[in-house]
Amino acid sequence: MSTISENKGIWVYSESYDLILEMLGKGRELADQLKTQLIAIVIGHDVHDKATELVKYGADKVYLVDNPSLGRFQSDMYLSVLHDLAASQKPDIILIGSTKNGKPLAARLATRLEAGCVPDCNRLSVDEKGKLIGERITYGGNATAKVTFNTKPQIATVPERVFDKPSPQNRHGQLAKLDVKTEPPKTEVIETKPLEASSARIEEAEAIISCGRGLTRKEDKILLDELAGVLCGQVGCSRPLAEDRKWFTEWVGLSGHKVKPKLYIACGISGVIQHVAGIRDSKVIVAINKDPEAPIFEVADYGVVGDLYEILPALKDALKKMLQ
Amino acid sequence: MKRIIVCLKQAVDVSQLKVNAATRQLITAGVPKKISDFDKNALEEAIKIREKLGGVEVVTLTMGSEDPKTVLREALAMGADKAYVVNDPGVQGIDTSGTAYVLAEGAKRIGGFDLILCGETSLDSFSGLVGSRTAELLNLPQITSVRKLSVEGGIVTAERALEDASEIMKAKMPALVTVTREINQPRIPSLMMIMKASKKEIVTWTLADLGIPKEKLSPKIEVIEALAPKMERKKVKITGETVQEIAEKLAKALIQEGVVGR
Repeated sequence: MSTISENKGIWVYSESYDLILEMLGKGRELADQLKTQLIAIVIGHDVHDKATELVKYGADKVYLVDNPSLGRFQSDMYLSVLHDLAASQKPDIILIGSTKNGKPLAARLATRLEAGCVPDCNRLSVDEKGKLIGERITYGGNATAKVTFNTKPQIATVPERVFDKPSPQNRHGQLAKLDVKTEPPKTEVIETKPLEASSARIEEAEAIISCGRGLTRKEDKILLDELAGVLCGQVGCSRPLAEDRKWFTEWVGLSGHKVKPKLYIACGISGVIQHVAGIRDSKVIVAINKDPEAPIFEVADYGVVGDLYEILPALKDALKKMLQ
Repeated sequence: MKRIIVCLKQAVDVSQLKVNAATRQLITAGVPKKISDFDKNALEEAIKIREKLGGVEVVTLTMGSEDPKTVLREALAMGADKAYVVNDPGVQGIDTSGTAYVLAEGAKRIGGFDLILCGETSLDSFSGLVGSRTAELLNLPQITSVRKLSVEGGIVTAERALEDASEIMKAKMPALVTVTREINQPRIPSLMMIMKASKKEIVTWTLADLGIPKEKLSPKIEVIEALAPKMERKKVKITGETVQEIAEKLAKALIQEGVVGR
């Protein structure tokens, strides 16, 4: 008996196309290790071309469920599609994009399949027996847990931008169109509003300049804006500035946005563990803080003990000069 | 509207965790527990609905292997009318699938509810799966990550924050809603409320009381290890005579790292 017939493959699903690509990159690696197939699931309407593309990104097969009633994400209907497919095909591993819609979907799918689910994995690997191991941040950023499965399918959710998007290649694969019955929806979306245009997505920034309690007046945010301008970056903040002072609507940290820019500059941020958990994967971390004992210095590549009100304008000038 | 069930987790107070520097193991023994923050928002929202509509009973439902009575007193002081606890050594080490199973069975036993409110995730394990799993077991409509909520005429309407949009969703009750921390500011109970709470009822059940067979709770996932993360950073302190000198040194370092400029 070959391993392939025993092993029903790795599935990848997200309602976010970018996340599918990112998971296909990691999924390909795992599928090669397990000598099994990598299968992308696409649900929607008029998505044939996009589905075909997925072979280039590593899928051996694409299951396409294309139906006018599935034109937009609806959790109950999408769940029934995924559940019916998984119950009949019995995949070994299902990776689901950990978005606000994807995570509840994964939780419900796991419940219907009486399966385990490890959410928000920032690493995935397989052990010598071929079992999936997911790594995730837990205890409010105090620990990284390695978690494995006792049952199948093994369902893990993957946040966006954890894995790199693979580059497209000339590969061959199959596309299978499937017809699946859907169950009637239990909820209805009555309005959708895009978030304010001003809020460019911080997850996509290559440089982030963040401030914490060390910023004493809201207007002084301009110091960060100016440096962000030179670095083509974005401005963020730690939770107290958003939750307590209401100067920002969103924050960087475990409970807010988890980011991994090339450069993260923490200004006047003490560095509580929940904040650090949200920036841990940044390439270079710079800390600027008046307090030499601030824990942020323990997790920074470069630390400056000093006043952000003096350092930021000087850093902006220096960078401007040198980058010309 | 008759009854709202609020699921409360007795969570490890993560701000009080310590790490053994040599082994990177967490020291969890003796760390105090509290109501998971997100669940407090759920409770606050339930109390607000009661204040608005009147005649609604707000009850809490908690599961744990340790007696959670102390943390439940806080919930009762905030304004919950009654607390239900599934307290049984058999729930130790169960995962989100087991937890949801116990909560769903507890909710069935309480019965007569229009709404179940949960925090969208928990302070300590931060999985964010239990609410959805519970709704699925009870075959309820579910609305997750809610930051604004209203109920009227048997319909729950909720605003959710997605990655790049917000949406307003509605569902027929009974339904299950998970809330974010932005939804409200949980109240701090007054001394009078705390005194009143001591007279409120806490109902305790075992797994056997709810007729839950142990095999339904067998964990489907297993934590191999949980260690404090390694942070391998350069920790270079940049110093200088003047602010300009410091800024120039830092700028040079960042350019050498290749993290600024094109």
